[in-house]
Order: sequence, then structure tokens, then C-alpha cells
Amino acid sequence: MRPLLSDHIVCREIYRKMRLIRRFEERVVELVNRNEIAGTTHEYSGQEAVAVGVCTVLEPEDVITSTHRGHGHLIAKGGDVRRMMAELLGRSTGYNRGKGGSMHIADLSLGIFGANGIVGAGVPIAAGAAWSSKIKKVGRVAVAFFGDGGANQGVVHETMNIAGIWQLPLVFVCENNQYAVSTRVTYATAGSSIAARASGYGFPGCIVDGMDVGAVMEAAQDAVSRARSGNGPTLLECQTYRFHGHFTAERALGIRYRTESEVEMWKRRDPVNSWGACLEELGYLNGAERDKLDDEVDKLLDEAVEYARSSPWPEQAEALEHMYVTRYPGLPAATSL
Amino acid sequence: MNRQLNYLQALREALIFEMRRDPNIVVLGEDVRISLRGVTRGCYEEFGPERVWDTPISESAFVGLATGGALAGLRPVVEFQIGTLLYIALEQMVNQAQKLRYMTGGQAKVPVTYLVPGSGARPGLAGQHCDHLYPLLLHGGMKVVIPSTPYDAKGLFTAALREDDPVILFAPAALLGAKGPVPDEETYVPLGKAEIKRTGRDVTIVAVGPCVAEALKVAERLEKDDIAIEVLDPRTLLPFDQSALEASVRKTGRLIIFDDSSRTCGFAAEVGARAAETLFAHLKAPVVRITRADVPVPFSIALDKHVLPGTDSLEQAIRQLMGKTASPKLAAS
Ligand SMILES: Cc1ncc(C[n+]2csc(CCOP(=O)(O)OP(=O)(O)O)c2C)c(N)n1
Ligand SMILES: [Mg+2]
Repeated sequence: MRPLLSDHIVCREIYRKMRLIRRFEERVVELVNRNEIAGTTHEYSGQEAVAVGVCTVLEPEDVITSTHRGHGHLIAKGGDVRRMMAELLGRSTGYNRGKGGSMHIADLSLGIFGANGIVGAGVPIAAGAAWSSKIKKVGRVAVAFFGDGGANQGVVHETMNIAGIWQLPLVFVCENNQYAVSTRVTYATAGSSIAARASGYGFPGCIVDGMDVGAVMEAAQDAVSRARSGNGPTLLECQTYRFHGHFTAERALGIRYRTESEVEMWKRRDPVNSWGACLEELGYLNGAERDKLDDEVDKLLDEAVEYARSSPWPEQAEALEHMYVTRYPGLPAATSL
Repeated sequence: MNRQLNYLQALREALIFEMRRDPNIVVLGEDVRISLRGVTRGCYEEFGPERVWDTPISESAFVGLATGGALAGLRPVVEFQIGTLLYIALEQMVNQAQKLRYMTGGQAKVPVTYLVPGSGARPGLAGQHCDHLYPLLLHGGMKVVIPSTPYDAKGLFTAALREDDPVILFAPAALLGAKGPVPDEETYVPLGKAEIKRTGRDVTIVAVGPCVAEALKVAERLEKDDIAIEVLDPRTLLPFDQSALEASVRKTGRLIIFDDSSRTCGFAAEVGARAAETLFAHLKAPVVRITRADVPVPFSIALDKHVLPGTDSLEQAIRQLMGKTASPKLAAS
């Protein structure tokens, strides 16, 4: 057993968080299908071990930036599922008062510098948080989550270079879920791996089993300690898989780019179930306790959905608010005079 | 106030003053330590490596870095070596930095100042260096400042540095060497306040940045013909001082916008539309735009005057508006 994981309470909390993410996404799919959530969302199911493994080793003041597939990162960093759900339903009690939705949820007080609708775009923002920590010498670490698709954005490469030369306290966490929409990582990635790119920027990169929360935690712990002690960035390429389509709307499109057998193969490694089973085996959690945790998660989500549904819509006047800290006459412009 | 400084020195003075006052201000950009562009000269020597950061040539990344730094409590100043590099960084500036506050329902505060020294056309620099991109930032809702004198440069840069939202300051190439009176002490010119640089009863010329001094020259020339020009310098394009525009055009009844940005959907188009909406009843003649042509700036000095807004076109436009000379060439401007 890895030393990090010898604490029963920590291990159970990891299970609870992963389960919460999984069940949250299941609720979200239902709500999207019922048109209670407008548009579409990108489900995190299957990748829970990455967000939870990484965020478990972070301090509350550490910063993350997330992606379009962000619900898991937010929950793992301590996001309140009630306010998340309210945001998804466009209510005034949501994290962003209904102005952000799935791809823009942020809680700056928890160090969550935002999900992001643009692939790769959060990466330099995380680097900025790391940069400020270096300047202010406050020991804060930042984590930039991005996908295998995001790994091909220019700004991600630019940021890796800057993080390398400035030795920023930053961890690049690439969630390689094997696809960017329909495009396979093996097709889109030159070189032997995404992790191997780190050496070009002068810092360590390694491939991690992203279906095993213990393995993710261990790798993240090393990377975070390196960052915190002033030894610069690390790139973790976490091998994982998304259990749903690219987004909720995918099923209706009738596109196919993965085989059933491939999906089944990855589902057999379900990170939530396997962690639960592992804890049962170790005697950290018995069947009844696990059922109880699962029930608690479901109750919390019932509450979250209820909270969101019963929350007020934002006032119309808010449509033109929150644009600027300092407002001036005529700003922002309205739709007509 | 008889101390004379040039525009660049005035900017530098504002920056150094604010950096002394506020330890959260950090500068980043390309070659800012030796200060290729001149604004940050002396900053590295005075404030050291933790306040002045030379970046690799990675505009998207360093703009993003500034955003993250700002969210974490810094007040970064991002210098662009060339005005057209904004094209590269627009995603991070508009889609990220500028929108974050709104998208997060007011949680985020992003106090970043983008500085574009030497913006706009410079002789011999041709197609890829000369665009004056403030309309793009205006579309994105960003606060845009473009001082026309050394005094305003110091005062508006100070105001921009104290603003808690992203602000971009364009320091036009044509003005960097311009001299004028600048106070020794702290100088603050608030955003959103236009200045009437010359009063007159006949025609309002809304002139932007380097066009202000040109408009003043034309106004002087026309004085002997008994044409009284009012030159309105908006100084900040967003926020825009609508009431100053209205007051001036109510008085003159004639409006020309003299602006060195693109014609189509440029700043002049916006001012013209505002006049059409709010001042129709006061206008004695159609609104006239003297702008850049919608082509890249050509290299040859034989060509660029046909592309950039010039004093000849302005003078013709004024005369025609006043019915003094019918110029057949006016339609070209
Ligand atoms: C810069 C950019 N290009 C394209 C898109 C459209 N898009 C949204 S998600 C996505 C795939 C991203 O793949 P990856 O980074 O691997 O993340 P995943 O969806 O697999 O979690 C694309 C192409 C976008 N949002 N941003
Ligand atoms: Mg992917």
C-alpha cells in the first residue's frame, strides 16, 4: 500500500468525490435530455480518478484551471454541487449567477480559475497564477488541466516553454482520454507521447494510469512537491477514457468513431467502481458503508437539483451587469438607445 | 507648468510613478528590460527582475499569464512590441481576460493594462505592422484609451493603471516624439472624458490620437477663411463621452470624424451611427468620415497618403460641408 493512501478517511473521501462526480454527470445528462439544462454539456464520467487524484494533494489556496469538460475538476477542488447545478440551470444562485453555464463555472475563492470553452486557453492562466506565486513567494501551486486535443494548441506549447524557463510552480495535467471529439490521439500526436514533449521544454513528463486514483495521486504528489519546493513544472499525461460521447448531444448525431469493444474494455477499468472494490478488499469500507456513502451522494444531488429548480431566475437587469468593475455612463451598450 | 516632455517620456513617468506606488504592478513583454520601445526604460534597473519580465515571443501565453496573475492579485502591464501582434493575442485578451468578469457573474477582477507603444502606421513598415486595431477591442467590450498629447499620455496611463478592468492604451507611433507640457507631480486624466482641444461654432471634428494634432493644423489654416472648427478629442474610445459629442454637434450642426482606423466598422462608423441616432435633428449636413482606406498600408510613400486619412481630405471635406469650395475629389476621402 502506498503511504499516501494509508489513511482510511482520505481514501473514503476520494471514493465519495469520485462517486459524486459520476452521479452528478448522470443527473446532468437527464436534465439536458429534459431540456432543463440548455445546450449541451461535456460529461466527465470515466475520468474521475484524474481530477480527484490531483486535487486531493492540493492545498485550498492552490489554483486550478479547467476545461470544457470541467465538472469533475470543480467538484474535486471543492465546488458546491448545489451552486454548480443552479448554474447549469441558469439560475441566479448559480456560481456565475447564470451567466456562465457548464463551460465557464468558476469559484475564485476556492482557487478554481474557471472552466473554459476554448481548448487549451486555461493553461496560460494557470501559469499566471503560478507566476504570481513565484513573485509573491507564497508557495501556491497551480494546476492546468487540458486534454489530448488541447496538447496541440500553440498557447499550451508557449506556456510550457515559459514555465520551463521561469521554473514556475505549475503542474500540467493532460487528460489523454484518447480522443478529441472523433480525432484519435494517435492520429493527432506526433512523437512518442504527449508526456515526452516535456523533455523538449526541460522538465519531467510522465505517463500515468489515469484510471487508478492511487497512481494519479502519487504522481501528482511528486509533481506538486517539486513545484512547491521551487523545482519547476511537471507534465503528467494521464491515460484515461470518457465513458460518454464527446458531449450530451452526440447520441442524436449518430456519429461513430469508437468500437463497442473498446468502450467496454475501458469500462471494465471503471475508476470509481474499482476504487470502491479496492477499499472493500482492504477493509477500509464494508459493503454497507459503501451503500451508505452512495446514498448520501444521491441525497446531496437530489438536494442540488431541488435547490437549482427552486432558485429564482436572474433579474433581467443583470444581463447588462458584471461587465466592468468600474462602470461609466453608457457602458455597456444596450441593444438599443 | 512649463516643463516639456515628449509623449514617450510622459508614459514612462506615469509607469514609474505607479510602480513605486503599487508593488503589485509588474511589467511583461518582449525586450522590456532593455526597453526596446522606450516606455519601460529604467524600470528593470529600479524595480528588478521580479517586477519586469522579458518574455519569449509568445503573445498568447504572456497575455494569458497576465490574466492568471491578475486573478491572483497582481496588476500586470503587458507591452506589445508591435500593434498588429494583437491579432495573435486576441483570443486571450477578448475571449478570456475581458469576458471573465461577466462570465463569472462578477467574481473575477482582471486589472491588466495592455500597452501598445508605436501603434498605427509608421513610414516604411507596410502591410503587417501598421493596422490600428482599436475597433477590434471595442467590439470585445474592452476599455480603450488613446492619448493625443504628452499630458494626456501621463494622465490617462495613470488612470488606466489604476482601473480594475482590462484597459488597452494605444500610443501612436506618430506621437511618441511629440513634446508638450507635463506636470512633475501625479497626473490623472479620468477615463470617459473627452476634451475639446479647440472650440469653434461651424464644424465638429472628432479626431482620434494622431489625428488630433492634424485636425488642429487644419483648423488653424481655415481660420483665415472664417471657418471655425471645433476639435473634439474623445481620448478614451470606450467609455465614450457621448454627452461631449452631443453638446458639440448641437452647437455646430456638422460632424466629421477623422480617424486612422479602418473605414468599415471602424471607430468613425460608430461615432457616425451615434450621431445619426441621437443628433439627427441637429445636423445641417450628412456626417462625414475621413478614415483609412480598407486596404493594408502600402510600402511606398507615393501610395500611403492615398490610404491614410490626411489633412488635405479633411480640409476639402470641411470646405464642402461649409459650401465654400465644391471639390470634385471629395468623394474619394
Ligand atoms: C481552440 C478550440 N478549437 C476547437 C474547439 C471545439 N472543441 C471543443 S472540445 C474539442 C475537443 C477537445 O479535445 P480534448 O482536448 O482532448 O478534450 P476532451 O474533449 O477529450 O476532454 C473541440 C475540438 C474549441 N472549443 N476550442
Ligand atoms: Mg481528449
